[in-house]
Amino acid sequence: MGLLSKKDAKLITDPLADNNPITIQVLGICSALAITAELEASIVMSIAVLFVLSVGNVVISLLRNIIPSKIRIIVQLIVVATLVIIVDLVLKAFAYELSKTLSVFVGLIITNCIIMGRFEAFALANAPGKAFLDGIGNSLGYAVILIIVGFFRELLGSGTLLGIQVLGDPIEKTGVYAFGYENNGFMLLAPMALVTVGIIIWVQRSRNTALVEDH
Amino acid sequence: MEKRTDKNSYTIIFATVMVIIVGALLAFLATYLKPRIDENKRLEKQQNILYAMGINDNDEKSVVFISTNEVAEKFDKYITKQIVIQGDKVTEDNEAYLIDLKKETALAKNGAERRLPLFIGEKDGEKYYIIPMLGKGLWDAVWGYISLDKNLVVKGVFFDHKGETPGLGANINQRFFMDDFAGEHITDGNTFKGITIAKGNADPKNERKEDFRVDAIAGSTITGDGLTAMIKKDLKMYMPYLQILNK
Repeated sequence: MGLLSKKDAKLITDPLADNNPITIQVLGICSALAITAELEASIVMSIAVLFVLSVGNVVISLLRNIIPSKIRIIVQLIVVATLVIIVDLVLKAFAYELSKTLSVFVGLIITNCIIMGRFEAFALANAPGKAFLDGIGNSLGYAVILIIVGFFRELLGSGTLLGIQVLGDPIEKTGVYAFGYENNGFMLLAPMALVTVGIIIWVQRSRNTALVEDH
Repeated sequence: MEKRTDKNSYTIIFATVMVIIVGALLAFLATYLKPRIDENKRLEKQQNILYAMGINDNDEKSVVFISTNEVAEKFDKYITKQIVIQGDKVTEDNEAYLIDLKKETALAKNGAERRLPLFIGEKDGEKYYIIPMLGKGLWDAVWGYISLDKNLVVKGVFFDHKGETPGLGANINQRFFMDDFAGEHITDGNTFKGITIAKGNADPKNERKEDFRVDAIAGSTITGDGLTAMIKKDLKMYMPYLQILNK
Protein backbone atom coordinates (compact mmCIF):
# COMPACT_ATOMS: atom_id res chain seq x y z
CA MET A 1 0.00 0.00 0.00
CA GLY A 2 2.65 2.50 -1.04
CA LEU A 3 0.05 4.86 -2.44
CA LEU A 4 -1.81 5.37 0.80
CA SER A 5 -0.62 6.39 4.23
CA LYS A 6 -1.06 3.78 6.94
CA LYS A 7 -4.06 5.60 8.35
CA ASP A 8 -5.75 5.83 4.99
CA ALA A 9 -5.10 2.18 4.22
CA LYS A 10 -6.79 1.26 7.48
CA LEU A 11 -9.93 3.00 6.25
CA ILE A 12 -10.15 0.36 3.56
CA THR A 13 -8.86 -2.72 5.39
CA ASP A 14 -10.63 -2.26 8.74
CA PRO A 15 -14.18 -2.72 7.42
CA LEU A 16 -13.09 -5.91 5.66
CA ALA A 17 -12.66 -7.74 8.94
CA ASP A 18 -12.41 -6.21 12.40
CA ASN A 19 -14.90 -3.44 11.78
CA ASN A 20 -17.08 -5.16 9.21
CA PRO A 21 -20.33 -3.27 8.61
CA ILE A 22 -22.45 -6.43 8.69
CA THR A 23 -20.82 -8.70 11.24
CA ILE A 24 -19.51 -6.08 13.68
CA GLN A 25 -21.59 -2.94 13.18
CA VAL A 26 -24.64 -5.06 12.31
CA LEU A 27 -25.76 -2.67 9.53
CA GLY A 28 -27.24 -3.62 6.17
CA ILE A 29 -28.66 -6.89 7.42
CA CYS A 30 -31.97 -6.39 5.61
CA SER A 31 -30.47 -6.44 2.14
CA ALA A 32 -28.11 -9.25 3.13
CA LEU A 33 -31.19 -11.33 3.89
CA ALA A 34 -33.20 -10.30 0.88
CA ILE A 35 -30.92 -10.84 -2.08
CA THR A 36 -28.35 -13.48 -1.17
CA ALA A 37 -30.26 -16.50 -2.48
CA GLU A 38 -28.10 -16.20 -5.61
CA LEU A 39 -24.43 -15.35 -5.95
CA GLU A 40 -25.02 -13.16 -9.01
CA ALA A 41 -27.53 -10.97 -7.17
CA SER A 42 -25.05 -10.58 -4.31
CA ILE A 43 -22.36 -9.39 -6.70
CA VAL A 44 -24.63 -6.94 -8.53
CA MET A 45 -25.84 -5.49 -5.25
CA SER A 46 -22.26 -5.14 -3.99
CA ILE A 47 -21.23 -3.16 -7.07
CA ALA A 48 -24.28 -0.92 -6.80
CA VAL A 49 -23.60 -0.19 -3.13
CA LEU A 50 -19.91 0.41 -3.86
CA PHE A 51 -20.86 3.16 -6.31
CA VAL A 52 -23.58 4.79 -4.23
CA LEU A 53 -21.68 4.67 -0.95
CA SER A 54 -18.38 6.03 -2.24
CA VAL A 55 -19.91 8.82 -4.32
CA GLY A 56 -22.51 9.60 -1.64
CA ASN A 57 -19.83 9.79 1.03
CA VAL A 58 -17.91 12.34 -1.05
CA VAL A 59 -21.03 14.46 -1.67
CA ILE A 60 -21.99 14.48 2.00
CA SER A 61 -18.41 15.23 3.00
CA LEU A 62 -18.29 18.22 0.62
CA LEU A 63 -21.53 19.51 2.09
CA ARG A 64 -20.61 18.70 5.68
CA ASN A 65 -20.01 22.30 6.78
CA ILE A 66 -23.19 23.70 5.32
CA ILE A 67 -25.73 20.97 6.14
CA PRO A 68 -28.04 22.17 8.95
CA SER A 69 -27.72 19.63 11.76
CA LYS A 70 -31.46 19.57 12.40
CA ILE A 71 -32.31 18.14 9.01
CA ARG A 72 -29.10 16.27 8.22
CA ILE A 73 -30.75 12.84 8.03
CA ILE A 74 -33.25 14.09 5.46
CA VAL A 75 -30.44 15.70 3.47
CA GLN A 76 -28.57 12.38 3.50
CA LEU A 77 -31.64 10.56 2.33
CA ILE A 78 -32.11 13.02 -0.54
CA VAL A 79 -28.50 12.56 -1.64
CA VAL A 80 -28.82 8.75 -1.72
CA ALA A 81 -32.18 8.82 -3.44
CA THR A 82 -31.01 11.33 -6.06
CA LEU A 83 -27.88 9.33 -6.86
CA VAL A 84 -29.82 6.11 -7.20
CA ILE A 85 -32.49 7.67 -9.43
CA ILE A 86 -29.88 9.28 -11.68
CA VAL A 87 -28.10 5.96 -12.10
CA ASP A 88 -31.40 4.21 -12.76
CA LEU A 89 -32.51 6.74 -15.42
CA VAL A 90 -29.16 6.76 -17.21
CA LEU A 91 -29.05 2.96 -17.28
CA LYS A 92 -32.62 2.78 -18.59
CA ALA A 93 -31.69 5.09 -21.46
CA PHE A 94 -28.27 3.73 -22.37
CA ALA A 95 -27.99 0.20 -20.94
CA TYR A 96 -31.55 -1.08 -20.82
CA GLU A 97 -30.70 -4.74 -20.25
CA LEU A 98 -28.49 -3.93 -17.27
CA SER A 99 -31.11 -1.61 -15.83
CA LYS A 100 -33.62 -4.46 -15.75
CA THR A 101 -31.22 -6.56 -13.71
CA LEU A 102 -30.65 -3.67 -11.31
CA SER A 103 -34.18 -2.32 -11.01
CA VAL A 104 -34.99 -4.72 -8.19
CA PHE A 105 -32.13 -3.37 -6.14
CA VAL A 106 -32.92 0.34 -6.43
CA GLY A 107 -35.27 0.39 -3.47
CA LEU A 108 -32.97 -1.81 -1.45
CA ILE A 109 -30.01 0.51 -2.00
CA ILE A 110 -31.88 3.58 -0.79
CA THR A 111 -32.92 1.84 2.41
CA ASN A 112 -29.54 0.21 3.06
CA CYS A 113 -28.59 1.35 6.55
CA ILE A 114 -24.85 1.01 5.84
CA ILE A 115 -25.14 4.00 3.53
CA MET A 116 -26.96 6.21 6.04
CA GLY A 117 -24.72 4.86 8.80
CA ARG A 118 -21.49 5.82 7.05
CA PHE A 119 -22.83 9.26 6.03
CA GLU A 120 -23.76 9.94 9.63
CA ALA A 121 -20.75 8.38 11.35
CA PHE A 122 -17.96 9.26 8.94
CA ALA A 123 -18.68 11.55 6.00
CA LEU A 124 -20.18 14.33 8.14
CA ALA A 125 -16.92 14.64 10.11
CA ASN A 126 -14.19 13.95 7.53
CA ALA A 127 -12.66 15.37 4.36
CA PRO A 128 -13.85 14.08 0.94
CA GLY A 129 -10.73 12.01 0.21
CA LYS A 130 -11.02 10.07 3.46
CA ALA A 131 -14.77 9.75 3.05
CA PHE A 132 -14.26 8.22 -0.39
CA LEU A 133 -11.85 5.61 1.01
CA ASP A 134 -14.23 4.90 3.86
CA GLY A 135 -17.02 4.35 1.33
CA ILE A 136 -14.89 1.93 -0.69
CA GLY A 137 -13.77 0.09 2.44
CA ASN A 138 -17.21 -0.34 3.91
CA SER A 139 -18.85 -1.41 0.69
CA LEU A 140 -16.08 -3.97 0.16
CA GLY A 141 -16.66 -5.22 3.70
CA TYR A 142 -20.35 -5.49 2.87
CA ALA A 143 -19.52 -7.23 -0.42
CA VAL A 144 -17.34 -9.86 1.27
CA ILE A 145 -20.14 -10.98 3.56
CA LEU A 146 -22.78 -10.81 0.82
CA ILE A 147 -20.68 -12.94 -1.50
CA ILE A 148 -19.88 -15.52 1.19
CA VAL A 149 -23.55 -15.82 2.14
CA GLY A 150 -24.65 -15.86 -1.52
CA PHE A 151 -22.08 -18.55 -2.31
CA PHE A 152 -23.30 -20.93 0.38
CA ARG A 153 -26.99 -20.26 -0.11
CA GLU A 154 -26.89 -20.80 -3.85
CA LEU A 155 -24.59 -23.83 -3.60
CA LEU A 156 -26.55 -25.63 -0.89
CA GLY A 157 -29.98 -24.36 -1.87
CA SER A 158 -29.98 -24.78 -5.64
CA GLY A 159 -26.76 -26.75 -6.29
CA THR A 160 -25.63 -23.99 -8.67
CA LEU A 161 -23.12 -21.13 -8.71
CA LEU A 162 -23.83 -18.09 -10.88
CA GLY A 163 -26.62 -20.18 -12.38
CA ILE A 164 -24.30 -22.99 -13.49
CA GLN A 165 -24.95 -26.46 -12.08
CA VAL A 166 -21.84 -27.47 -10.18
CA LEU A 167 -23.12 -30.43 -8.18
CA GLY A 168 -24.71 -32.35 -11.04
CA ASP A 169 -28.28 -32.41 -12.27
CA PRO A 170 -30.87 -32.92 -9.50
CA ILE A 171 -33.50 -34.23 -11.92
CA GLU A 172 -31.28 -36.53 -13.97
CA LYS A 173 -29.59 -37.65 -10.72
CA THR A 174 -26.01 -37.11 -11.85
CA GLY A 175 -23.00 -35.88 -9.84
CA VAL A 176 -23.50 -35.87 -6.06
CA TYR A 177 -27.25 -36.37 -6.55
CA ALA A 178 -26.47 -39.94 -7.66
CA PHE A 179 -25.52 -40.65 -4.03
CA GLY A 180 -28.86 -39.47 -2.66
CA TYR A 181 -27.84 -35.85 -1.99
CA GLU A 182 -30.73 -33.37 -2.12
CA ASN A 183 -30.76 -29.58 -2.42
CA ASN A 184 -31.75 -27.92 0.82
CA GLY A 185 -34.62 -25.65 -0.22
CA PHE A 186 -34.58 -24.06 3.21
CA MET A 187 -31.29 -22.36 2.28
CA LEU A 188 -33.22 -20.24 -0.23
CA LEU A 189 -35.47 -18.75 2.42
CA ALA A 190 -34.54 -15.60 4.31
CA PRO A 191 -34.10 -17.20 7.77
CA MET A 192 -31.12 -19.21 6.51
CA ALA A 193 -29.36 -16.00 5.48
CA LEU A 194 -29.63 -14.87 9.09
CA VAL A 195 -28.26 -18.22 10.29
CA THR A 196 -25.39 -18.03 7.77
CA VAL A 197 -24.52 -14.47 8.86
CA GLY A 198 -24.72 -15.72 12.46
CA ILE A 199 -22.23 -18.49 11.72
CA ILE A 200 -19.84 -15.97 10.12
CA ILE A 201 -20.12 -13.75 13.21
CA TRP A 202 -19.47 -16.75 15.45
CA VAL A 203 -16.40 -17.88 13.49
CA GLN A 204 -15.03 -14.34 13.37
CA ARG A 205 -15.43 -13.72 17.09
CA SER A 206 -14.06 -17.05 18.18
CA ARG A 207 -10.91 -16.37 16.13
CA ASN A 208 -10.55 -12.86 17.52
CA THR A 209 -11.92 -12.74 21.06
CA ALA A 210 -11.19 -9.02 21.32
CA LEU A 211 -14.34 -8.53 19.24
CA VAL A 212 -16.60 -10.22 21.80
CA GLU A 213 -18.76 -7.67 23.61
CA ASP A 214 -18.70 -7.51 27.42
CA HIS A 215 -21.83 -8.34 29.29
CA MET B 1 -22.68 30.96 20.42
CA GLU B 2 -25.21 29.32 18.17
CA LYS B 3 -23.68 28.07 14.98
CA ARG B 4 -24.80 29.70 11.76
CA THR B 5 -26.09 26.36 10.45
CA ASP B 6 -28.30 25.79 13.52
CA LYS B 7 -30.55 28.78 12.82
CA ASN B 8 -34.11 28.05 11.78
CA SER B 9 -33.97 30.53 8.91
CA TYR B 10 -30.81 28.90 7.57
CA THR B 11 -32.37 25.45 7.81
CA ILE B 12 -35.44 26.53 5.87
CA ILE B 13 -33.42 28.26 3.17
CA PHE B 14 -31.09 25.27 2.85
CA ALA B 15 -33.99 22.85 2.55
CA THR B 16 -35.71 25.01 -0.06
CA VAL B 17 -32.61 25.48 -2.19
CA MET B 18 -31.75 21.78 -2.00
CA VAL B 19 -35.23 20.67 -3.03
CA ILE B 20 -35.26 23.11 -5.96
CA ILE B 21 -31.84 21.99 -7.21
CA VAL B 22 -32.51 18.28 -6.85
CA GLY B 23 -36.04 18.57 -8.25
CA ALA B 24 -34.89 20.55 -11.27
CA LEU B 25 -32.00 18.17 -11.91
CA LEU B 26 -34.16 15.05 -11.80
CA ALA B 27 -37.01 16.61 -13.78
CA PHE B 28 -34.59 17.74 -16.48
CA LEU B 29 -32.89 14.36 -16.66
CA ALA B 30 -36.17 12.44 -16.75
CA THR B 31 -37.60 14.61 -19.55
CA TYR B 32 -34.38 14.61 -21.52
CA LEU B 33 -34.03 10.81 -21.39
CA LYS B 34 -37.73 9.96 -21.82
CA PRO B 35 -37.74 9.48 -25.63
CA ARG B 36 -34.80 7.08 -25.41
CA ILE B 37 -36.35 5.15 -22.53
CA ASP B 38 -39.71 4.89 -24.35
CA GLU B 39 -37.98 3.60 -27.48
CA ASN B 40 -36.16 0.98 -25.38
CA LYS B 41 -39.46 -0.12 -23.88
CA ARG B 42 -41.13 -0.36 -27.30
CA LEU B 43 -38.35 -2.57 -28.67
CA GLU B 44 -38.48 -4.67 -25.53
CA LYS B 45 -42.19 -5.36 -26.14
CA GLN B 46 -41.40 -6.50 -29.66
CA GLN B 47 -38.60 -8.73 -28.37
CA ASN B 48 -40.90 -10.25 -25.74
CA ILE B 49 -43.71 -10.96 -28.21
CA LEU B 50 -41.30 -12.61 -30.65
CA TYR B 51 -39.76 -14.56 -27.77
CA ALA B 52 -43.14 -16.06 -26.87
CA MET B 53 -43.52 -17.39 -30.41
CA GLY B 54 -40.08 -18.95 -30.28
CA ILE B 55 -38.18 -16.34 -32.25
CA ASN B 56 -35.09 -15.60 -30.21
CA ASP B 57 -31.34 -16.09 -30.13
CA ASN B 58 -31.41 -18.50 -27.17
CA ASP B 59 -28.33 -20.60 -26.56
CA GLU B 60 -28.54 -23.84 -24.65
CA LYS B 61 -29.45 -22.44 -21.25
CA SER B 62 -30.14 -18.74 -21.22
CA VAL B 63 -32.66 -16.28 -22.57
CA VAL B 64 -31.30 -14.24 -25.48
CA PHE B 65 -33.63 -11.89 -27.32
CA ILE B 66 -33.38 -10.90 -30.96
CA SER B 67 -30.94 -7.98 -30.95
CA THR B 68 -32.45 -4.49 -30.84
CA ASN B 69 -31.05 -3.70 -34.31
CA GLU B 70 -33.01 -6.49 -35.95
CA VAL B 71 -36.09 -6.69 -33.83
CA ALA B 72 -38.22 -4.13 -35.71
CA GLU B 73 -37.61 -5.87 -39.03
CA LYS B 74 -38.32 -9.35 -37.62
CA PHE B 75 -41.41 -8.11 -35.84
CA ASP B 76 -42.82 -6.84 -39.14
CA LYS B 77 -41.92 -10.12 -40.84
CA TYR B 78 -43.29 -12.62 -38.32
CA ILE B 79 -46.22 -10.76 -36.76
CA THR B 80 -48.56 -10.79 -39.72
CA LYS B 81 -51.59 -9.26 -38.10
CA GLN B 82 -52.46 -7.38 -34.93
CA ILE B 83 -56.07 -7.15 -33.91
CA VAL B 84 -58.02 -5.50 -31.13
CA ILE B 85 -61.08 -7.22 -29.73
CA GLN B 86 -63.58 -4.95 -28.05
CA GLY B 87 -66.83 -6.65 -27.16
CA ASP B 88 -68.11 -8.08 -30.45
CA LYS B 89 -66.02 -5.73 -32.51
CA VAL B 90 -62.75 -6.90 -34.02
CA THR B 91 -60.49 -4.34 -35.67
CA GLU B 92 -57.02 -4.45 -37.13
CA ASP B 93 -54.48 -2.13 -35.55
CA ASN B 94 -50.77 -2.19 -36.30
CA GLU B 95 -49.97 -0.57 -32.98
CA ALA B 96 -52.03 -2.95 -30.88
CA TYR B 97 -48.86 -4.09 -29.13
CA LEU B 98 -48.52 -0.64 -27.58
CA ILE B 99 -51.89 -0.89 -25.79
CA ASP B 100 -51.36 -0.38 -22.06
CA LEU B 101 -53.02 -3.33 -20.32
CA LYS B 102 -53.03 -1.52 -16.99
CA LYS B 103 -55.14 1.29 -18.42
CA GLU B 104 -57.48 -1.20 -20.08
CA THR B 105 -57.99 -3.05 -16.80
CA ALA B 106 -58.79 0.25 -15.07
CA LEU B 107 -61.27 1.11 -17.84
CA ALA B 108 -62.96 -2.27 -17.45
CA LYS B 109 -63.32 -1.62 -13.73
CA ASN B 110 -65.21 1.57 -14.47
CA GLY B 111 -67.66 -0.35 -16.60
CA ALA B 112 -66.22 0.45 -20.03
CA GLU B 113 -65.59 -2.30 -22.56
CA ARG B 114 -61.87 -3.02 -22.50
CA ARG B 115 -59.75 -3.55 -25.59
CA LEU B 116 -58.07 -6.93 -25.93
CA PRO B 117 -55.00 -6.87 -28.18
CA LEU B 118 -54.15 -10.14 -29.96
CA PHE B 119 -51.11 -10.68 -32.16
CA ILE B 120 -51.15 -13.24 -34.92
CA GLY B 121 -47.77 -14.53 -35.99
CA GLU B 122 -46.73 -16.90 -38.71
CA LYS B 123 -43.62 -19.06 -38.68
CA ASP B 124 -42.87 -22.02 -40.96
CA GLY B 125 -46.43 -21.93 -42.27
CA GLU B 126 -47.93 -22.29 -38.83
CA LYS B 127 -50.10 -19.70 -37.11
CA TYR B 128 -49.40 -18.43 -33.60
CA TYR B 129 -51.92 -16.56 -31.49
CA ILE B 130 -50.07 -14.42 -28.96
CA ILE B 131 -51.87 -12.99 -25.96
CA PRO B 132 -50.43 -10.37 -23.60
CA MET B 133 -51.07 -10.80 -19.87
CA LEU B 134 -50.69 -8.63 -16.80
CA GLY B 135 -51.01 -9.64 -13.16
CA LYS B 136 -49.68 -9.20 -9.65
CA GLY B 137 -46.74 -11.06 -8.10
CA LEU B 138 -45.52 -10.84 -4.54
CA TRP B 139 -44.05 -7.32 -4.59
CA ASP B 140 -45.15 -5.74 -7.81
CA ALA B 141 -46.49 -6.32 -11.30
CA VAL B 142 -45.81 -9.50 -13.29
CA TRP B 143 -46.62 -9.76 -16.99
CA GLY B 144 -46.02 -11.94 -19.97
CA TYR B 145 -47.01 -13.21 -23.39
CA ILE B 146 -48.32 -16.64 -24.22
CA SER B 147 -48.49 -18.05 -27.73
CA LEU B 148 -51.06 -20.69 -28.69
CA ASP B 149 -51.53 -22.72 -31.82
CA LYS B 150 -54.95 -23.07 -33.46
CA ASN B 151 -55.80 -26.04 -31.18
CA LEU B 152 -55.12 -23.80 -28.17
CA VAL B 153 -52.01 -25.70 -27.14
CA VAL B 154 -49.24 -23.53 -25.69
CA LYS B 155 -46.34 -22.99 -28.10
CA GLY B 156 -44.27 -20.77 -25.85
CA VAL B 157 -44.40 -18.20 -23.10
CA PHE B 158 -42.51 -15.20 -21.89
CA PHE B 159 -42.78 -13.89 -18.33
CA ASP B 160 -41.22 -10.89 -16.68
CA HIS B 161 -41.65 -8.95 -13.46
CA LYS B 162 -40.99 -5.60 -11.94
CA GLY B 163 -39.63 -6.47 -8.53
CA GLU B 164 -39.91 -10.12 -7.51
CA THR B 165 -37.34 -11.46 -5.05
CA PRO B 166 -33.97 -12.13 -6.75
CA GLY B 167 -33.13 -15.83 -6.73
CA LEU B 168 -36.73 -16.84 -6.04
CA GLY B 169 -39.72 -15.25 -7.76
CA ALA B 170 -37.43 -13.29 -10.07
CA ASN B 171 -36.58 -16.57 -11.79
CA ILE B 172 -39.91 -16.67 -13.62
CA ASN B 173 -38.08 -15.10 -16.57
CA GLN B 174 -35.57 -17.97 -16.74
CA ARG B 175 -35.51 -20.82 -19.24
CA PHE B 176 -35.90 -23.65 -16.72
CA PHE B 177 -39.27 -22.22 -15.77
CA MET B 178 -40.61 -20.81 -19.04
CA ASP B 179 -39.60 -23.81 -21.18
CA ASP B 180 -41.90 -26.05 -19.13
CA PHE B 181 -44.98 -24.36 -20.57
CA ALA B 182 -44.49 -25.43 -24.17
CA GLY B 183 -47.00 -28.12 -25.11
CA GLU B 184 -49.31 -27.55 -22.13
CA HIS B 185 -53.01 -27.61 -22.83
CA ILE B 186 -55.26 -24.88 -21.51
CA THR B 187 -58.65 -26.35 -22.39
CA ASP B 188 -60.31 -29.66 -21.62
CA GLY B 189 -62.61 -30.19 -24.57
CA ASN B 190 -64.51 -26.93 -24.62
CA THR B 191 -63.92 -26.08 -20.98
CA PHE B 192 -61.26 -23.51 -20.18
CA LYS B 193 -58.81 -24.73 -17.52
CA GLY B 194 -55.80 -22.41 -17.65
CA ILE B 195 -52.47 -23.51 -16.22
CA THR B 196 -51.82 -23.87 -12.51
CA ILE B 197 -48.31 -23.29 -11.23
CA ALA B 198 -47.80 -25.47 -8.19
CA LYS B 199 -45.28 -27.57 -6.34
CA GLY B 200 -45.63 -31.25 -5.61
CA ASN B 201 -47.31 -32.39 -8.79
CA ALA B 202 -45.01 -35.45 -8.88
CA ASP B 203 -44.02 -34.37 -12.36
CA PRO B 204 -40.95 -32.17 -11.88
CA LYS B 205 -39.73 -32.76 -15.43
CA ASN B 206 -43.13 -31.66 -16.62
CA GLU B 207 -43.65 -34.56 -18.94
CA ARG B 208 -47.41 -34.68 -18.52
CA LYS B 209 -48.78 -31.97 -20.75
CA GLU B 210 -52.48 -32.44 -20.20
CA ASP B 211 -52.62 -32.00 -16.43
CA PHE B 212 -52.98 -28.17 -16.67
CA ARG B 213 -50.08 -27.87 -14.21
CA VAL B 214 -46.51 -26.66 -14.35
CA ASP B 215 -43.94 -27.22 -11.62
CA ALA B 216 -43.42 -24.09 -9.49
CA ILE B 217 -40.15 -22.54 -8.34
CA ALA B 218 -39.28 -23.38 -4.72
CA GLY B 219 -39.67 -20.42 -2.41
CA SER B 220 -41.83 -18.36 -4.72
CA THR B 221 -45.34 -19.57 -3.97
CA ILE B 222 -46.97 -16.14 -4.13
CA THR B 223 -45.29 -15.19 -7.40
CA GLY B 224 -46.43 -18.54 -8.85
CA ASP B 225 -49.98 -18.02 -7.60
CA GLY B 226 -49.91 -14.56 -9.19
CA LEU B 227 -48.95 -16.08 -12.55
CA THR B 228 -51.65 -18.75 -12.25
CA ALA B 229 -54.28 -16.09 -11.59
CA MET B 230 -52.93 -13.93 -14.42
CA ILE B 231 -53.04 -16.78 -16.96
CA LYS B 232 -56.56 -17.82 -15.93
CA LYS B 233 -58.02 -14.32 -15.88
CA ASP B 234 -56.41 -12.92 -19.02
CA LEU B 235 -56.69 -15.98 -21.27
CA LYS B 236 -60.31 -16.47 -20.31
CA MET B 237 -61.23 -13.10 -21.78
CA TYR B 238 -59.97 -14.26 -25.18
CA MET B 239 -61.69 -17.62 -25.09
CA PRO B 240 -64.91 -16.61 -26.89
CA TYR B 241 -62.83 -15.35 -29.80
CA LEU B 242 -60.25 -18.16 -29.80
CA GLN B 243 -62.82 -20.94 -29.65
CA ILE B 244 -64.33 -19.75 -32.92
CA LEU B 245 -61.00 -20.63 -34.55
CA ASN B 246 -61.54 -24.26 -33.67
CA LYS B 247 -64.85 -24.56 -35.41
